[in-house]
Amino acid sequence: MRRSALLLTCSLGIALFCLLPFLWFVLTSLKLPAELTAIPPTLIPSFYWGFYQSALEKYRLLHYVANSVIVAGAATFITVAIGSLAAYAIARFHLAWMRYYLLLLLVVSMFPQIAIAGPVWSILDRFHWLNSYQGLVSIYVALSLPLGIWILATFFRDVPGEIEEAALVDGCSRLQALYKVILPLAAPGILTAALLVFIYAWNEFFFALIIMTNPTVQTLPVGIALFPGEYTMPWGEIAAASTVATVPLVVLTLVFQRGIVRGLSAGAIKG
Amino acid sequence: MKSSHRLALLFLLPSVIMVGLFLVYPIFESFRLSFYRQILTLPWLGEKMVGWENYTDLLTDPVALQSLRTTLLFVGVTVPLELLLGLGMALVMNDAFRGRGLLRAVVLIPWAIPTVVSSQMWRFIFNDRYGLFNFILFGGATSRYFAPLADPYPALLAIMAAEIWKATPFAALIILAGLQGIPDELYEAASIDGATTWQKFGGLTLPLIRPAVLLALLFRTIDALRVFDLVFVMTQGGPADATNVLQFYGYKKTFTEGMIGYGSTIAVTVFLLSLALSSAYVCVLKKSQGQGAAS
Repeated sequence: MRRSALLLTCSLGIALFCLLPFLWFVLTSLKLPAELTAIPPTLIPSFYWGFYQSALEKYRLLHYVANSVIVAGAATFITVAIGSLAAYAIARFHLAWMRYYLLLLLVVSMFPQIAIAGPVWSILDRFHWLNSYQGLVSIYVALSLPLGIWILATFFRDVPGEIEEAALVDGCSRLQALYKVILPLAAPGILTAALLVFIYAWNEFFFALIIMTNPTVQTLPVGIALFPGEYTMPWGEIAAASTVATVPLVVLTLVFQRGIVRGLSAGAIKG
Repeated sequence: MKSSHRLALLFLLPSVIMVGLFLVYPIFESFRLSFYRQILTLPWLGEKMVGWENYTDLLTDPVALQSLRTTLLFVGVTVPLELLLGLGMALVMNDAFRGRGLLRAVVLIPWAIPTVVSSQMWRFIFNDRYGLFNFILFGGATSRYFAPLADPYPALLAIMAAEIWKATPFAALIILAGLQGIPDELYEAASIDGATTWQKFGGLTLPLIRPAVLLALLFRTIDALRVFDLVFVMTQGGPADATNVLQFYGYKKTFTEGMIGYGSTIAVTVFLLSLALSSAYVCVLKKSQGQGAAS
């Protein structure tokens, strides 16, 4: 009895540790300007939506949301497409050098961003892809391919080979077998990989900062980090924009938490 | 046989092109550039081969040395704390019967929040006039309020706290996966043999989750070495370079000062540091897995 009470207390403590700081920021976004700076702090806000309105109108929040949706969406789609092809080859053709390719992917996924940032910038400059969606999407695809391929290959290996051989005997090409047989059967794996890539691309800041210097193409993290404010920071608007940037992710995470945890640990334990 | 080779290559090709062009080629190019002097704002100088000069400059650059120390301190403080807290969280989550799923979902939230958002959030909490941090410390005594982010040591501690808050759940989930891999029969057998809870923890749980803990250690170390977003948003490397970690210093040299050659030298240093640490961990991990398989 005492043990379960202790367990409950600890669980509650963990939940508060994880939730309270962000909840505070969300509450801040709903306060009146006077409540925001009040000491002692106002616990329950007046549910004033003015900061959201100001973030939308004065700081063009929707514009950043649209850029993030385009970049993260395209990066996810392309990574899953390219990653599925590679993962299929890795799961189905057992060739000796494949191991080295997987090892290479593991190594490149550990690169610190700064180690490649300068040359990546120069390549995109040469393509005239700085300040363009395709420029940022390209580097996101490259950076998320290693994790994507690892997760997809893990799930593809679990699809029994016989089902696919039957399809091949029936005259399917390898490519048809991939998208007609393997992809539907490995749908949970694809969903997991897609979610992780989407969350990565939605949150990424470093490359977005150096590649997107023009505000018209900047993604949400860059907008939120570079929020203009000379003497006093517009905290209400920052909190509002932060809430808008985070709520979709929190919803995705809560709905698909099982898959995300499995994906994180699949990538981890096989690695 | 030959045709399956070619088919496999064809399927791998798009990923090879992307990874090769945007990750593998750039790392070699960074190495090459680190031996050159090239300054973006002085393009007429062109690319001048200077040998090891950038590296000798780095060793005598007090800001770079301080930056290296700050980075190592940051890794050395945050990663062990994250693992310790993460282990505690994982043990609770593993034991909690009711609401385990809910708890696991809640724990994912700090991980899912964009780092830029959590950085602004902590910056607001550490605000000098109306931040929650000052209120918790001093209550209504506003005359005692101070600006943690404007003081060297408090600023570094604040950034460490923000990092620990965000990354501990990730460590906890990796360790939890390790805990769930332990078969219940082992605990039952230990109970029959009369082992106490502590004996079971020290003799069974800890050795069996060693690979998971090492893995969390590896991921967290590599990630902490490349901390950037928190520093960019919360302090811009200041005050007085107290939070100027290597990745931020490299960014500043390369992208705001245009010192491509010297910036590449810093980039290569961060890379080698992370490579050395990760190889060391992988060796230990391999060894511990080998032992696990043998026993």
